[in-house]
Amino acid sequence: MSRFGRSRPDLEADPAPSERSSGGPLLEVTDLRTSFRTDRGLLKAVDGVTFTLEQGQTLGVVGESGSGKTVLSRSVMGLLPAGKKTLRGGSVRFEGRDIGDRSAAEMRDVWGQDIAMVFQDPMTSLNPVVRIGRQITEGLRHHLDMDKGTARETAVALLRSVGIPEPERRLDQYPFELSGGMRQRVTIAIAISCGPKLLLADEPTTALDVTVQAQILNLLQDKQRERHMAMILVTHDLGVVAGRTDHIAVMYAGRVVETAPTATLFGSMRMPYTEALLKCIPRTTDPSHTRLSALGGRPPDLISPPEGCRFAPRCPYAQERCHHEDPPLEYDASGTHAWACWYPVGTAEGSAALEANLSSGRPQALVAVGAGADAVREADAAAETEAIEAARQTEVALRPEPA
Amino acid sequence: MTAELAQPTTAAHLRGGDPLLLVDQLVVEYPAGGGRSVHAVSGVSLDVFPGETLGLVGESGCGKSTTGKAIMQMPRPNSGSVRFGGDELTALRGEALRRVRPRLQMIFQDPISSLNPRRKVRDIVGEPLDIWQRGDKASREEKVDEVLEAVGLDPVAAGSRLPHEYSGGQCQRISVARALVLEPLMLICDEPVSALDVSVQAQILNLLEDMKARYNLTMVFIAHDLAVVKNVSDRVAVMYLGKLCEVAPPDELYASPAHHYTAALLASVPVADPSVRPGLVADALRGEPPSPVDPPSGCRFRTRCPRAEGRCADEEPLMREVRLGHFVACHFPIEDTEFHAPR
Repeated sequence: MSRFGRSRPDLEADPAPSERSSGGPLLEVTDLRTSFRTDRGLLKAVDGVTFTLEQGQTLGVVGESGSGKTVLSRSVMGLLPAGKKTLRGGSVRFEGRDIGDRSAAEMRDVWGQDIAMVFQDPMTSLNPVVRIGRQITEGLRHHLDMDKGTARETAVALLRSVGIPEPERRLDQYPFELSGGMRQRVTIAIAISCGPKLLLADEPTTALDVTVQAQILNLLQDKQRERHMAMILVTHDLGVVAGRTDHIAVMYAGRVVETAPTATLFGSMRMPYTEALLKCIPRTTDPSHTRLSALGGRPPDLISPPEGCRFAPRCPYAQERCHHEDPPLEYDASGTHAWACWYPVGTAEGSAALEANLSSGRPQALVAVGAGADAVREADAAAETEAIEAARQTEVALRPEPA
Repeated sequence: MTAELAQPTTAAHLRGGDPLLLVDQLVVEYPAGGGRSVHAVSGVSLDVFPGETLGLVGESGCGKSTTGKAIMQMPRPNSGSVRFGGDELTALRGEALRRVRPRLQMIFQDPISSLNPRRKVRDIVGEPLDIWQRGDKASREEKVDEVLEAVGLDPVAAGSRLPHEYSGGQCQRISVARALVLEPLMLICDEPVSALDVSVQAQILNLLEDMKARYNLTMVFIAHDLAVVKNVSDRVAVMYLGKLCEVAPPDELYASPAHHYTAALLASVPVADPSVRPGLVADALRGEPPSPVDPPSGCRFRTRCPRAEGRCADEEPLMREVRLGHFVACHFPIEDTEFHAPR
């Protein structure tokens, strides 16, 4: 598994646009690895992720902060910081072309026309000192060679199509004059303006209210269907991807730990991490004061991840074996549902493992069933203290290198 | 059966008796320039009894945070009264108001920016005790140890570490410890979990429930996430554009909302079940709230309400009891049988 740090293949080696394979999947990510050199050592933010996405399909990528989902989407998009501190491995093939190793300058023809992105915070992803109109028409004029008048007309139509009232007036406004929901609609209009085949949405609704969140998710879904785009929806909330995606990949510590068609995943989840993520969401249908099943701690430090299964230190099911042997991501007989676990949820081994942990008083298991408040609180805190570095290290590593 | 239900008034939902906190006709307005003003809170009345948690829920800009801050007298409300444990807070000034604060504490949304980045965590938690000179130094240290342990942090490590050495969830634990160290009667939590991951959110919600039991707290819990509010609350008040539109016990409110706004909010909550088609229910609430500078006449929700009629523009709906303990300000409330919550 050490395809790491390999030399960059020459871009000329890529098939020319005319030689694109038309039958293959739209996006093919193979053993993608993204690491950052930090002062403390190598931080493996994405550690061997493989998936394919067909045209018009929606993939949900789910995980906590620090699970590598944002670095994954940025690796696909080619938005990693340049320089020696970033190491890339594996391949990202879009319509058969390898785009994984392209520089920002080389990606300009891909961005907007082939792949577009919607970010979490619409205030920082829009330029605060440029009018909305110019921010939308910029891509239209550059990629589609529109003249000023046509681009403006198209921009009005785009704003109307994403549900912005009085689009003509909005073109001359600045981002600060719009509400958060309206700004996110503008970034969606920009993202779809040049007709991309793939839309990456990285936590597009995390900064928004629940009502606006529903509106924006519906809008993304409508546009995706209308234009037959493929979409990758990155989020920490399983509630957001349920019912809005065809397929889900759950990420933990830089790896995919479970992947399945959405209905299968919710119907028979196997990975204890997926189960924990789902169970800690409060539901409006539960009576008030229902004790939440908490997931203690945080994702591990990706510079020195734990031996064996990376989720084992927080897992309610973990046994001795989990701390030494790394479970592989393996597909079941259906060939669509894969998980990486020795004691999967809903199997005889899994139930026996949980039972054993409960009777031996393993705190992580107690947390999961919400027993004994004091023991649980200590378990939460202990697990959290083990790895508070992880998220900060990733953040530091992601900062662009000073020129 | 109507005989048992309260008569409609502007504050029919107030229960009388001896609440710990009684907010009556609270009004907060900010100048917006040009002689206009932002009507952030327009006549909100609330009562919270000892040991109770009141959930205050609504979209951004509905005035829920302003209500929480106006209870603390930061800023002072333009009019209305805030009675807390026998004191009329709006009448208190200077030192007299300061003396109330140890009994009335607040937790904020962003756990990192609400802690001084240059002070040791132990000092942050201990500072309120030093200011009030509670007991001698040894007993203060003991109290800090106790509170830090109660929220699940190591008191010894906290003596040498700064806030940035803790994660977001741990910083929120520190905020809780700081608020509890003076043993307040009431805790106002303003969006305490909305900046946190779902896994950490569950830990903090459980922690608040434990602390409520351990320190006999009364809480006002402000949030925009309906599921979170339901989990911690004994009574929920739904707020829209500066006014309350519905007040009820949580199980009743979520099972059969009477206000069209509440029903729309509930329909917007993402459900972690792929068999629920979100597209069908979530379109119920279109558009965004109107500007609080120039709120609509009559019922403030009428511009987005599916049932609005002429009467809603002319006449402001009073708070009335539609079912026992369930109050709604609407001329055409949803009948008990009409609403089917997504399961």
